[in-house]
Amino acid sequence: MGLKTTLKVCLGTAFTVFAISATSVSAHAEGKMASPQLLVSNCFNCHGYMGDSAGVIDELSSLPERRIVKKMVDFKSGEKPSTIMSRIAKGYSDSEIEAMAKYLAAANAK
Amino acid sequence: MFTTSRRDFLRITGAAGALSALSLSGCQSKARVVVIGGGFGGATAAKYVKWFDPSIDVTLIDASKTYTTCPFSNLVLGGIRSLASITHNFDAQAGRGVNVVNDMVTGVDTAKQIVMTKGGAKIPYDRLIMSPGIDFKYDTIEGYDATVAEAIPHAWKAGTQTAILRQQLEAMPDGGTVIIAPPPNPFRCPPGPYERASMIAYYLKMAKPKSKLLILDSKDKFSKQGLFQEGWALHYKDIIEWVPASKDGKVRRVDAASKTFHTEFTAHKGDVLNYIPAQKAADIAFKAGLTNQLGWCPVHFQTFESTLVKNVHVIGDASIATKMPKSGNAANTQAKVCAAAVADLLNGREPGTPTTTNTCYSLITKDYGISVTAVYKQSDKGYMPVAGAGGLSPKGEGPEFRQLEAKYARGWYANIAQDIWG
Ligand SMILES: Cc1cc2nc3c(=O)[nH]c(=O)nc-3n(C[C@H](O)[C@H](O)[C@H](O)COP(=O)(O)OP(=O)(O)OC[C@H]3O[C@@H](n4cnc5c(N)ncnc54)[C@H](O)[C@@H]3O)c2cc1C
Repeated sequence: MGLKTTLKVCLGTAFTVFAISATSVSAHAEGKMASPQLLVSNCFNCHGYMGDSAGVIDELSSLPERRIVKKMVDFKSGEKPSTIMSRIAKGYSDSEIEAMAKYLAAANAK
Repeated sequence: MFTTSRRDFLRITGAAGALSALSLSGCQSKARVVVIGGGFGGATAAKYVKWFDPSIDVTLIDASKTYTTCPFSNLVLGGIRSLASITHNFDAQAGRGVNVVNDMVTGVDTAKQIVMTKGGAKIPYDRLIMSPGIDFKYDTIEGYDATVAEAIPHAWKAGTQTAILRQQLEAMPDGGTVIIAPPPNPFRCPPGPYERASMIAYYLKMAKPKSKLLILDSKDKFSKQGLFQEGWALHYKDIIEWVPASKDGKVRRVDAASKTFHTEFTAHKGDVLNYIPAQKAADIAFKAGLTNQLGWCPVHFQTFESTLVKNVHVIGDASIATKMPKSGNAANTQAKVCAAAVADLLNGREPGTPTTTNTCYSLITKDYGISVTAVYKQSDKGYMPVAGAGGLSPKGEGPEFRQLEAKYARGWYANIAQDIWG
């Protein structure tokens, strides 16, 4: 429900951010979204291949889709405290988060 | 939007490339991808080309049968990790159907699309991915070269060099002086020399508490500087001294016989010297004609295909990836973008939109970690960090936070190693 609205709001602010900083890009303003498979592969360097963590860092491979989305959204808003995940989650749009969660949960359910 | 990306696609592949890609996907012979280098970029690329398209024939070539990571090699110097624990092999790649070749690549015939090796093999490719890492600009410093490096190690490629430096630290008397000379930009792992100083100081504080560590820098500022200096003030106030270039820090000459670093005005004699030379792309990148006048490899950002040579992609430290640092983590995520693009191109598909990340932890003590991270998107200016995201871990945090970051650093190592060589 709220995601579409959030995205619209984000689109509005994104351009402002882009205008201020010439050495960075906005999470939302750039054209096409990367493929879910490629997006999610960027999680594996810290969380292990397919999210199968060797320990210490949270395992993602056993999590259902909704749980991954919730965690990322809460990291992004700062509701869930973290040392690093909020800095990373802020780099992804809500639609990217949904696409990654969907891909990973489905791939690991196989 | 479709027309733009369509135009990009044609620009990237060229009409002939598009044709051969299409004919490949239509004929029975498998597309051949050759990867040079089994390090952070290359070993990831070999694994992930198979992940994106298992039908592609992938060959991985490395000069060595094992790969020792630079990440965590500073912990070996600090005495809290063994070299064996950071050494990997390519069994996982072989297990996924990659042909693993242990040989030194001596040249690439980019017109005929053939890789030549020291062992006499000639390996043809449809797409070549190179992640050969770095070599040193020995000609920019007087008194230092590959031979001197056996006595005064750079330890900027891990393995034997790391072992030499560690042995020298162990042999040093209490009350001795260690001197580290970090390189000018750009170089592999910007926070690396300062993590090294921290880890050596960690060892000195425990084993040789009367000793000193001097950093003679060729720069005036460095990566994660505020966080490092905060940690040093807490833990190594009486051990580490950093001398920036503007205060006569730049080493201009190395005198190996007397173990002396000469700056413009001062001779600094030490007990253990670590000279880290200025860097350039690895030799094979020059031989293949992939480098620019600065000694690095320019690439198209969407695919990491060389802007100078067709059908050859360059990732990792050797490539120019704009705002992305030369790190193992960056090489790993670039490899995934490149693998996806290569699979797309060989299947006659338009390459997708790239995205990469970098997370870089440094340890100041065994239980005191700091980090920097970013999410990157491709723009017409190259890889740029997403605004409002990423950045450094905060200064002024207490021991619990720092301990968690140190713990996550270990988690990162275990998982990225598994992502690449597992
Ligand atoms: C002290 C130190 C600490 C570091 N810490 C971190 C860290 O904590 N986190 C991080 O992300 N990064 C870190 N890095 C950086 C990281 O090591 C590099 O960025 C990374 O290794 C780059 O990967 P690459 O694939 O480009 O090259 P490499 O990993 O160097 O791999 C290149 C491979 O190519 C092979 N090769 C080269 N030429 C040939 C040839 N002609 N024929 C056959 N094989 C060839 C080599 O044998 C080698 O195995 C650190 C670096 C140092 C020095």
